[in-house]
Amino acid sequence: MAVHETTRAAAARTPNRGLRWLRRHIITIAGLCTLGYLILPNLVVMVFSFNKPNGRFNYQWQRFSTDAWSDPCGVADLCGSLGLSLQIALWATVGATVLGTMIAFALARYRFRARSGVNTLIFLPMAMPEVVMAASLATLFLNMGIQFGFWTILIAHIMFCLSFVVTAVKARVMSMDPRLEQAAQDLYASPVQTFLRVTLPIAAPGIAAGALLSFALSFDDFIITNFNAGSTVTFPMFVWGSAQRGTPVQINVIGTAMFLVAVLCVVMGQLAGARRKRSKRS
Amino acid sequence: MTTTETPAPPDGQAGAAPLEVRKTPARKRLVPYWLLLPGILWLIVFFAAPLVYQASTSIQTGSLEEGFKVTWHFATYWDALGEYWPQFVRSVGYAAVATALCLLLGYPLAYLIAFKAGRWRNVVMILVIAPFFTSFLIRTLAWKTILADGGPVVGLLNALHVLDVTSWLGLTEGQRVLATPLAVVCGLTYNFLPFMVLPLYSSLERIDPRLHEAAGDLYARPSTTFRRVTFPLSMPGVVAGTLLTFIPAAGDYINAELLGSTDQKMIGNVIQSQFLRVLDYPTAAALSFLLMAAILAMVTLYIRKSGTEDLV
Repeated sequence: MAVHETTRAAAARTPNRGLRWLRRHIITIAGLCTLGYLILPNLVVMVFSFNKPNGRFNYQWQRFSTDAWSDPCGVADLCGSLGLSLQIALWATVGATVLGTMIAFALARYRFRARSGVNTLIFLPMAMPEVVMAASLATLFLNMGIQFGFWTILIAHIMFCLSFVVTAVKARVMSMDPRLEQAAQDLYASPVQTFLRVTLPIAAPGIAAGALLSFALSFDDFIITNFNAGSTVTFPMFVWGSAQRGTPVQINVIGTAMFLVAVLCVVMGQLAGARRKRSKRS
Repeated sequence: MTTTETPAPPDGQAGAAPLEVRKTPARKRLVPYWLLLPGILWLIVFFAAPLVYQASTSIQTGSLEEGFKVTWHFATYWDALGEYWPQFVRSVGYAAVATALCLLLGYPLAYLIAFKAGRWRNVVMILVIAPFFTSFLIRTLAWKTILADGGPVVGLLNALHVLDVTSWLGLTEGQRVLATPLAVVCGLTYNFLPFMVLPLYSSLERIDPRLHEAAGDLYARPSTTFRRVTFPLSMPGVVAGTLLTFIPAAGDYINAELLGSTDQKMIGNVIQSQFLRVLDYPTAAALSFLLMAAILAMVTLYIRKSGTEDLV
């Protein structure tokens, strides 16, 4: 490879072998350092989930203990807030995915007059600072005299997840070959059959990506929820509150569990994708 | 409103009876509107309308007890700007530094995944994405542990006399990192790094590796190849990543709250406390509009600049 030749030629000019090695691998080393920076807090969360802190704050290593792991719900309100967050994330995902997929199909498949306006309306929530969205929506609810709680959180979450679903699904539908649907219709499939047997399966990875993204966004959202929750406490709000009152170790346990579940899900997704690719090739 | 619509890709006309063919187009023309209706209505009612409402709130006066009225009191904007311009400047400054650091740190990682990882690519990708799914508040709190006063990081920085330099620059104070600008910028950089890495990766991945070989064949040194070939071709990723990092970082208040002190308050902190604690809704509304306007102006300028000089 030509690239290697030049690297070697450049390296030959530097007398020191170590320096030469460093020069060739500098990007890899820098990249791995960044990766370390990204992973470091996760490792700290994991390690400190086995800590037994003195006092209310879990910021200093005291001694090893598995107490928190054997009793993850041992802190008042923690598992309640976790359950609420899961519930909201689930419904927000359903709502945003259904609404977003419909918009994505309209945008990807049809030319109509309001198209550029709709595109702007989809883009803006992603480009707007969250505080601005959060404060304006809360102002609306306040003035309408709507009680803050589960429903206002859900409305807000569907609102900000929607754009991400549209973007994910649209990208997938746009890259789809329209001739596949024509072929289905040539084979006498009804429009409903075409949609269910051809269009939907092809769009499915995009829809799944959008749904996964909205679940993660909704579950993790703090800023918008903080403005629109009233006295309802979701999991991120519980963590926020505990940062002031004292963080129980159980928070680290749940953080670690979430990380492991996420890694497991992604790995399984990758494996499934790889297997599908292999079976297609053979 | 019905004349311009035609299906985007040529729709295969089913071989149905002519009568039915004549009937479908009228119904079909309305299909995109029915598909759009619920979602767009949602965005109009819960995203666009609140912004309009917010605009009207920002020119109201009154009190919580007596209620607020629109009095076209634009002075709120001046007062807010006069009182909180340090927080504005700080937000933009922190966000800019964090974005620059994200680019500096994220580029090698994106490059590594795109060109060097080989069969490790998926593993590295998982390690980049997975932290996304752990609550970011928990991860930000972990930085409190990492940067703790007597901790190894502070000890190391102290031993290397880095803290002397950063104190001199005004980034840290004395022997600590927590509750200083350095901690807040570190947290911002960390939290928004994936937003930089992913767009960078997707634009780097599209570059044909043969271009690198061609540059090498033409006697370009690796650094020249990077400067003249790789970097210019990755510009779309750089622009997208910068925007995705800068906008949320400028409006963020979590890092400043958890890792900083009252001296590191950003504009998001002010909006939050005006809205949720002081209950001064006009000022909170005016501040969020100023933030939005500032960001829109900067983003437009940036896109125009990068669009005309580098992207073409």
